[in-house]
Amino acid sequence: MEAPAYVLEFEKPLRELTKQLDELRQQSIETNVDLAREIHAIEKKISATQSEIYSALTPWQKVQVARHPKRPYALDYVETICTGFQELHGDRQFNDDRALVGGTAFFNDEPVMIIAQQKGRDTKEKILRNFGMPQPEGYRKALRLMKMAEKFSLPVFTFIDTPGAFPGIESEARHVSEAIAVNLREMAMLKTPTISVIVGEGGSGGALGIGVTDRVLIFENSYYSVISPEGCAAILWKDAAAAPKAAAALKLSADHLEKMSIVDEVITEPLGGAHNDPAKAAAALKYALQKHLNDLRALDTEKLLNTRYERYRHLGSYVEAGTVRS
Amino acid sequence: MHFDKPTYKVRKTAKKEIPKGLYTKDPLTGEILFNKEIEDNQMVVPRSGHHFPISARARIDSLFDEGTFVESDADVKSGDPLKFVDSQPYPERLKRYEKDSGLPEAVICGTGKIYGIKVSVAVMDFRFCGGAMGAAAGEKITRAIEMALTKKKPCIIFSASGGARMQEGIFSLMQMAKTSAALGRLAEAKLPFISVLTHPTMGGVTASFATLGDVIIAEPAALIGFAGARVIKDTTKQSLPAGFQTAEFLLKHGLIDQIVPRLEMRERLRDILAALHTKKAPALVAAKN
Repeated sequence: MEAPAYVLEFEKPLRELTKQLDELRQQSIETNVDLAREIHAIEKKISATQSEIYSALTPWQKVQVARHPKRPYALDYVETICTGFQELHGDRQFNDDRALVGGTAFFNDEPVMIIAQQKGRDTKEKILRNFGMPQPEGYRKALRLMKMAEKFSLPVFTFIDTPGAFPGIESEARHVSEAIAVNLREMAMLKTPTISVIVGEGGSGGALGIGVTDRVLIFENSYYSVISPEGCAAILWKDAAAAPKAAAALKLSADHLEKMSIVDEVITEPLGGAHNDPAKAAAALKYALQKHLNDLRALDTEKLLNTRYERYRHLGSYVEAGTVRS
Repeated sequence: MHFDKPTYKVRKTAKKEIPKGLYTKDPLTGEILFNKEIEDNQMVVPRSGHHFPISARARIDSLFDEGTFVESDADVKSGDPLKFVDSQPYPERLKRYEKDSGLPEAVICGTGKIYGIKVSVAVMDFRFCGGAMGAAAGEKITRAIEMALTKKKPCIIFSASGGARMQEGIFSLMQMAKTSAALGRLAEAKLPFISVLTHPTMGGVTASFATLGDVIIAEPAALIGFAGARVIKDTTKQSLPAGFQTAEFLLKHGLIDQIVPRLEMRERLRDILAALHTKKAPALVAAKN
């Protein structure tokens, strides 16, 4: 396997150790001196340093991991945990949004409907995927496929990974607000089990637009927030550089979200982040999805819908006649 | 006695309404206006038709048949679920919003009658934290929808909001799901929901209940959109067309049903409610009362 590239700012110690390791290996070859012990010592140190750094990531550092250029994207997971994915294109009205894709697939040999926000890895694909920012047509296609899932009794898995819905003139003119809003309402009523998983970025309404589900799962280093830390910092701190402070204040990381009952399960990532061992991350996701799907299958439709309604009905605490309630 | 001196009806207001002071300049024509005159005209400039923002209380006063509005959930207020602190703690900000707006929250809800047709209503007030939707605002709006469902009455929501309440983080986002899910049940029960978009309606409010109306009405020149102009400019490097994200832009693109001047709102709502809900011609409804 390709050695992980330590590209993030806080991974500097790992970059330096990797450099030392490369130098030692080179030296060993050039001088024909056995440096196996030294090499082993550095490898151990890399592993220990990685463990140390990744066990104490700040919320802002986690946001950076969630946006890591090598992080597995939605379709990487779909390809690994499903078979026979048939992409179904278009909203049947205007366009096919490549930032929000979907289709049928088999999950442990059972048919499911996949809805996935997809980012691109190289420049060409990034542009094709609009940097993971869906347009109104993406949400309308997602709704079309979810309704199809309901019609044919398929459970729906949605994969969330977006910095947000695309902010643009055309997007507004084709009513992105309405596209998202309709999805919120219809997903709340969909008569089939639904599970979403935040695989990277959970950017505000753009994420929620495919995120009103029976269960919400999140990878350990993913985040889910009403606004990006940079945006929040610019508005409340009048300084985008205050993003680390905003990230902490927003309580947007997986551990906080679980405590606040926004998500139902946090999926542990391999050491150093999901990109360090995508297969292991995918296996953990597959296990979690099957477990939650089994739970949901045990409920009849009425119970399923009532539980879903109540799940969202009680999110958020307020004060009533002096008492904190939710 | 000076017979030529105009007599003004004394109207008590808890708080000075926007605009402040004695005189205000009409931003459209530059005309200097007596505040009293525009207040008595639902904050609409008689000659230019410019709509100033109106407080939730004043809107309720002018909307419903006299004495029919009954407020509910008046004691629902924001909490501080994240213990959020930026330049100051969120509870301090909340105290200031309350003091400045004279309101406990950004939403007032209750029931009332429009030409005898009973409805459940939620009215947002931009003066409280820019009408931002946190858990308390979301709760009050959801209860207004659930009230309509329980009483089998139509629901009307007047929006005025900058979007989500950042200081409540992810909980404010979840209010979008909460309110929209409640509207799903209202739709299932075949009860009308009329959404009235007033200046401004943006972000998470637009992307949830505000655009889910069976009928969507906007006030003239109201700013309505998902993303803010600056965000769009920064992201796309496009210059925005004149009139972008105004009520008129939305009507032209087929995104809303009508633009209704505030002074005609009561009659238009009556006619729509009569068609969708009471199924009796408005003249007959009016005659009954």
